[in-house]
Amino acid sequence: MPNELQSELQDVWVYLSASPLLHLTMTLAAYQAGMWIYKRGGMNPLLNPVLFAVVMLVAILMLTGTSYETFFEGAQFVHFLLGPATVSLAVPLYRQFHRVRESALAIAVSLFTGSAFAATSAMGISWLLGASHRTIISIGPKSVTAPVAMGISDSLGGLPSLTAVLVIATGILGAALGPLALNLAGVKDWAARGFAMGTGAHGIGTARALQVNEVAGAFAGLAMGLNALATAILLPLAWAIFR
Amino acid sequence: MLNYLTLIFFCQLVGEAFVAATGLPVPGPVLGMVLLFAGLSIRGSIPKDLDTVSGALLSNLSLLFVPAGTGIMVHLSLLAGDGIAVSVALVISTMATIAVTGLMMQALTRKKPGSVDDAE
Repeated sequence: MPNELQSELQDVWVYLSASPLLHLTMTLAAYQAGMWIYKRGGMNPLLNPVLFAVVMLVAILMLTGTSYETFFEGAQFVHFLLGPATVSLAVPLYRQFHRVRESALAIAVSLFTGSAFAATSAMGISWLLGASHRTIISIGPKSVTAPVAMGISDSLGGLPSLTAVLVIATGILGAALGPLALNLAGVKDWAARGFAMGTGAHGIGTARALQVNEVAGAFAGLAMGLNALATAILLPLAWAIFR
Repeated sequence: MLNYLTLIFFCQLVGEAFVAATGLPVPGPVLGMVLLFAGLSIRGSIPKDLDTVSGALLSNLSLLFVPAGTGIMVHLSLLAGDGIAVSVALVISTMATIAVTGLMMQALTRKKPGSVDDAE
C-alpha cells in the first residue's frame, strides 16, 4: 500500500485547506453548478442557484469538518463585492426612472403596506405558533437587507445573529417561492412583480428579479433600499406603541 | 473601466463614512447607490464603461449572497425549539408579503390613465 502517497496527499490537502483559494474556488464552482441546473430548468425559481450552492457548501464543510471561519477566509472576496454591486443598482434604476416617477404614489403606498405586512405577519404567525419572545422580535425585520435588519433587531432587544439567519432564509425563500405567489395572485406587471420581490426578499429577491427582467430588477433594487429605510423607522416606532 | 470601478467603490466609501458619522439606519452601500444615482441624474446619461462594469457586477448578484448564506450552518442552533414556528412563519409571511405588495402596486399603477396598455 503506497502509504507515502497517502501521506503526501494528506500534506497537499492540509496545505490547500489552509489557503483561501480552495474555498474561493469552491464557492464559485458550487454557484456555477447551481446556475447550470437553474438554466437547464428554464430558470424555474424553485431551482434557485443560491439555495443549491448553500446546501452543497454546507454539506461539504460539514463532511470535511471545516469551520465557517476557515471557509469565509476564501469566500470573503466574493462577499466583499456585495457592496459595490448594491451601488451598481443605481444604473438600472436610472435607466427605468421614468417609470418610477410615474408611479411615485403607488410606490409609497405599496412600500408602506409591504413593510408593515412583512413584519406583522412574521411576528404574528411565530407568536401564534408559540415561538419564544426573543425569536418573535428577531423575525420582525426579516424582509430587510441584512445589515439594517441586524441593527433593528438589536435595538428592539432581539438577537442580531439570529436575525441574519432569518433574513438570508427569507431571501432564498422569497426568490424561490415569490414568483409562484405572484402568479397565484395574478400580478403580471413587471414593475409590480419586481417591487414586491425587493420589498419581501431584499437583495436575493432583487437578484432573481434582475435575472428575469430589467424593469423588475430596477423596481426590486429600489424597493430593497426603501424598505430598509421604512422598516428601520416604522418597526421600532410600532413596537414602542403596541408592545 | 478601472475608473468606473473606482467611482463605484468611492460612492460606497462615502456612503459608509456618512452612515458611520450620522448613525443613519441605512446601509452604506444603499447610500452609495443614491449617490451614484444622483451623479447619473446630473450627467443625464449612463457612461458606456460604467454600464459595462455595473452590468458585470449585477449579472452575478445572486453569487454574492452565497458566502453569507453558507453562514446559516453556524447559527441554525440559535433557533432552539422554534424551528417549526419559524419555518411556517417565514414561508407564509414571505409569500404573502410578496403577493400583497405586488397586488397593491399593480392595482394602484393600473388606476392611472394611460399606463394600462403597456402594463403587460
